[in-house]
Amino acid sequence: MESQMPNPTRIEVNCTTGEVLEIKLTDAEVAELAYQAELAADAKAEEDRIAAQRAADRAALLERLGITADEAALLLA
Amino acid sequence: MPTFTQIGSAVSVGVSGATSIDFTSIPATYTDLLLKVSVRSDRVAAISDGLLLKFNGSASTYSDRYLQGGGSGAASSGTSPFGTTRIYTGEMNTNGSTASTFSSFDIYIPNYTASTNKSLSSDSVMEQNATTAYATLVAGLWSTSAAITSIQLTFSNSTTFVQYSTAYLYGVSNA
Repeated sequence: MESQMPNPTRIEVNCTTGEVLEIKLTDAEVAELAYQAELAADAKAEEDRIAAQRAADRAALLERLGITADEAALLLA
Repeated sequence: MPTFTQIGSAVSVGVSGATSIDFTSIPATYTDLLLKVSVRSDRVAAISDGLLLKFNGSASTYSDRYLQGGGSGAASSGTSPFGTTRIYTGEMNTNGSTASTFSSFDIYIPNYTASTNKSLSSDSVMEQNATTAYATLVAGLWSTSAAITSIQLTFSNSTTFVQYSTAYLYGVSNA
């Protein structure tokens, strides 16, 4: 039988009383955490995709022009 | 001369880790706030993970600009990929980086009770026995007139801050 992992905890410090609580996350909070991680992963994947596309476009352009990256940098300096 | 007073209690994450660290019921008796954090996350797919911050539980009207160097390659700069929902404060070590290393963050929040927009600056650095370790400077803004009464620290790609991560909040008087 598959055992279910307990929900993780968060730490909360009450700055007025000094009390420190370790609070178990609700199912909704766990779902929100997973959703936010998914959004961040999607954003990072999109960023990586754009960077890879830009690098490929740049390499293709240099190839077409028949110059190196250093020579291109000289032209733009 | 400014004085620094620790507010609340120090946080030291235990063996089971923590999904977030919250400072709540922050008294309005100081001029500025200073958050000193030493953290590592349980992410394994990469050497670093973003440390994110929210005020008063709000998930809107944040913006930030960062300047980052990795120890190799060109430095980078830009806005955080987290849009207006949280402030990005820099990169922390993960379980994908050198064992037992933690990242240090100093996050300064001036005029946290003022009825004007709230700014912060963050200065952070990773510790890493490898080619890449990020140092990051961030200027952040929360566009609201509300006084800051709580601060939440989370991350961008993990599930927990690992054991021995710590966080201290200080109130600054006469800044």
